[in-house]
Amino acid sequence: MSVRVALHSPRGSRSFLERGLLLLVMLIFLEGTVLTLGAASSPDISAQDNTGGGDDQRGIEGRHGHANYTKKAFPVLSLDYRHIHVPFEISLWVLLASLMKLGFHLIPRLSSIVPESCLLIVVGLLVGGLIKLAGEEVPPVLDSNLFFLCLLPPIILDAGYFLPIRPFMENIGTILMFAVVGTLWNAFFVGGLLYAVCQIEGTYLSQVELLPCLLFGSIISAVDPVAVLAVFEEIHINELLHILVFGESLLNDAVTVVLYHLFEEYSDAGEVTPMDVVLGVICFLIVSLGGIAVGTIYGILAAFTSRFTSHTRVIEPLFVFVYSYMAYLSAEMFHLSGIMALIACGAVMRPYVEANISHKSHTTVKYFLKMWSSVSETLIFIFLGVATVAGPHAWNWTFVSVTVILCLVSRVIGVVGLTFIINKFRIVKLTTKDQFIVAYGGLRGAIAFSLGYLLDKDLFPMRTMFLTAIITEIFFTVFVQGMTIKPLVDLLAVKKKQEAKRSINEEIHTQFLDHLLTGIEDICGHYGHHHWKDKLNRFNKKYIKKCLIAGERYKEPQLIAFYHKMEFKQAIELVESGGGVKLPSAMPSQVSMQNIQPKKLPPAVAERALPQFTKGREEEIRKILRSNLQKTRQRLRSYNRHTLVADPFEDGWNDFILKKQRMIELEKKMSNYLTVPAAPPDSPTMCRARLASDPNAFYNIKASSDGVPTIQVDLASPQSPDSVNMLNEFSKRGATDQGLGQREGADRDEDQGLMMKPSSAGIEEKGEEGGGNKNPGLMRCLSDPGPSNEDEEDEPFLP
Amino acid sequence: MNNVPSIYIHYSLCIYSSCHYFNFFLKSSIFNCIVGKGPVISFEQIGILHKRFKQLSHNEDTLRRDDLNTIPDLSCNPIRTQIIEAFFDKRNFHQNGEGTVQEISFEEFLVVMSHFRPPALNMTEEQRESIRREKLRFLFNMHDTDNDGTITLEEYRHVVEELLSRSGALGKETAKGIADAAMLEVASISMGHMEPDEFYEGITFEHFLKILKDIEIETRMNIRFLNMDTTNLCK
Repeated sequence: MSVRVALHSPRGSRSFLERGLLLLVMLIFLEGTVLTLGAASSPDISAQDNTGGGDDQRGIEGRHGHANYTKKAFPVLSLDYRHIHVPFEISLWVLLASLMKLGFHLIPRLSSIVPESCLLIVVGLLVGGLIKLAGEEVPPVLDSNLFFLCLLPPIILDAGYFLPIRPFMENIGTILMFAVVGTLWNAFFVGGLLYAVCQIEGTYLSQVELLPCLLFGSIISAVDPVAVLAVFEEIHINELLHILVFGESLLNDAVTVVLYHLFEEYSDAGEVTPMDVVLGVICFLIVSLGGIAVGTIYGILAAFTSRFTSHTRVIEPLFVFVYSYMAYLSAEMFHLSGIMALIACGAVMRPYVEANISHKSHTTVKYFLKMWSSVSETLIFIFLGVATVAGPHAWNWTFVSVTVILCLVSRVIGVVGLTFIINKFRIVKLTTKDQFIVAYGGLRGAIAFSLGYLLDKDLFPMRTMFLTAIITEIFFTVFVQGMTIKPLVDLLAVKKKQEAKRSINEEIHTQFLDHLLTGIEDICGHYGHHHWKDKLNRFNKKYIKKCLIAGERYKEPQLIAFYHKMEFKQAIELVESGGGVKLPSAMPSQVSMQNIQPKKLPPAVAERALPQFTKGREEEIRKILRSNLQKTRQRLRSYNRHTLVADPFEDGWNDFILKKQRMIELEKKMSNYLTVPAAPPDSPTMCRARLASDPNAFYNIKASSDGVPTIQVDLASPQSPDSVNMLNEFSKRGATDQGLGQREGADRDEDQGLMMKPSSAGIEEKGEEGGGNKNPGLMRCLSDPGPSNEDEEDEPFLP
Repeated sequence: MNNVPSIYIHYSLCIYSSCHYFNFFLKSSIFNCIVGKGPVISFEQIGILHKRFKQLSHNEDTLRRDDLNTIPDLSCNPIRTQIIEAFFDKRNFHQNGEGTVQEISFEEFLVVMSHFRPPALNMTEEQRESIRREKLRFLFNMHDTDNDGTITLEEYRHVVEELLSRSGALGKETAKGIADAAMLEVASISMGHMEPDEFYEGITFEHFLKILKDIEIETRMNIRFLNMDTTNLCK
């Protein structure tokens, strides 16, 4: 709604209307020729819908256009831009933003020199300039309502949902210190000194009073999360520094909100009593803690809701967004810190939601968040540029330059001073380099601008001057600091972030280290950080997870969850790489289980190893295996495609039903199962891949598979009865291993990653036939050939 | 930096024998000189650790396994046995010893604790590296129970099983798979290609360093030694 409010300014819309008219006149001209041609050949002129405003009725009328051709009076095509102008303009802006973003990455070296945020601001300036050149009023795009209700939440939610909790909590003290004390210091230092400067004769600023100065100081002093994110994401700084600056920018919101309201309030009264200061402190506590409480409540609600979404996977991701947005709005309703509410909501819900929702939904959530936040960010920077051109400016050299200098000075003093105190308490001290980056990374951004924009013109006659100064400060930090921080980071050799993905060894040792440190703390006899974390973890595991996570997964310890996730990822990678023999390079492809297993096998296991095959036999089996895997893959592929897009209103629905019935029939016929026991560390996928390539692996897997996960391959159509018997032998031998395999399969089914479940009837049928084999999900996920093999798509469904 | 522990021993011996430790500490500045930027475990902290030691050992001069086993907070730690064993492992005493002991005195207790001391503010790369090696060596020794220089598959499995020992049957089943996957990962990272008939003996210390190079152990494996006495607060 606020978008409508923001963009529905009569002047702006009229300008667009006029231009839109021009455009449409041209289109009509073109359409006219198409229409006559189309009418001659076929009555279908659906292309008209694009320009005709999408009105159905008109489309239908148009279809009979040639019949009415002689009646001139009938409006074949009419124009109603006003009807669509709001969404149309929004789409235009979004399109512009996206195209710009796209364009920057097409120019090869540009993005490595200039940060994207700078480029976007320049684009905004250009667009604003063009609009102004056309002699029209620049629309007030960066309206505060639009900004706070639409553009900001996606970015903050993205930040909160993907907040690296571990480093955040480990450094929470430092972050809070910078965010609360640092921001307070900045606000009062800048505000106070600005007032002092204003009192100097000859600056013509003597009408500026103390409270507006302090208000200005509190607006300008807060580090902006959007700007910080935009710049820090490009410089790949190490985790500690990133979380320090970014965490500060998130948590200082509460301070800014309170200071802003406080000074705005007292600018009327003109007097501040000690009582007001006390109230301000209380207000700060309420705003920040209240925001966190609201966010936590919504986060828990979201987690709880996601417990029950297993049957409606389609709308699953929506809950994440809606609950978070509700949290933000609810917090804003009480003037609590919406940013903190969003952060809390995202961070609280994430572990539980991730455990509950399917892998696909998780991907959806991830992509939607990233998409929204990046579009919002792009729009914000473009709008900043446009607003700069649009706004009335009151340039005062003294005020602006003093502001910029004071902001720098106060930031440096604040960071150095606070670090001096903090370092007394930190185990890992902040070095001088770290302090420099933290100080230099204090970028200001659109939040400050929007807060300045919110100021009342009548109450603050110097509003335009404030806005000009704020914009200058934003431009200074984003352009000068944002552009130089990358070379400086390289120059100072500040440690960068490691890009490598987490390995299972690291996970094991991280866990081990946690427990070790907890244990050492206990032995030392004091309750420190690790002790409380351990307590919280255990409480979480014992009670909260049980309530918020569906099924049995709440019992899963972190390490096991990680392991499953990793295996799952490997499976997907394998499938995406074509499901072939080749393994992704990141995987331990060159070393197999036989290399780490002791060679001498326990006699019991050795006995169960396969009888020796002749070379010819072996070749035969492999051929069968390969061809059947291929077929399974094809069959399942078509099955998947339809399951995924299953929409009862789609044209292909009947076709799909037919296919499904045939599928079930087919599965009834399938009575032969081949069970190939696989070595455990090799995820099943890898085993299969090796199976296809390496005949030796066959025996080794068999030999080392005592009570380990198995992979089961069903034969769609056995090629010769002889070989089938042989394979049945397999399955008998592997039968003991099936229990585990099923469990593994069940886990995977919960993951639901690669595809939706086939209809439950299908599973049951299959389960009965296949002697309790209930893990089609696993097979399916392993058998999906991925995007390749397009040419086989149209093959008949049954072999 | 390597010889810091010996200094600890020296000091702790003095503390231990004389018990006038505060006076003694204030007088001696050798410690400060060695470490450079202030003591890493301060004298007060050593005093408090000593107090805790006495509390745990019931005012005896030596500490036994049972004393540690009875710490209530420790009882729910899944790797409790390993932690306790580390205190009685001669390899962690910086004396080139091997095997285990039955009881430890305060200096040994302190030396083991010194593996967890926080890093100094400004370190050179070599110092950082040596601290890193020292801390990782401690971890390595915890895994390498038979002291043959490698963590074998069996030992690794044992570690993971212990880690998951609090999660019931589910953990036990998966532990093996996880350990095997991890071992496979180590083998592939450190060896690259292996022929089918080759055999990866186990994780050597060099490989151990390699696989954990992304964990900034020097900034993570440390605890805060208190300057205040809180021993009566804790169980």
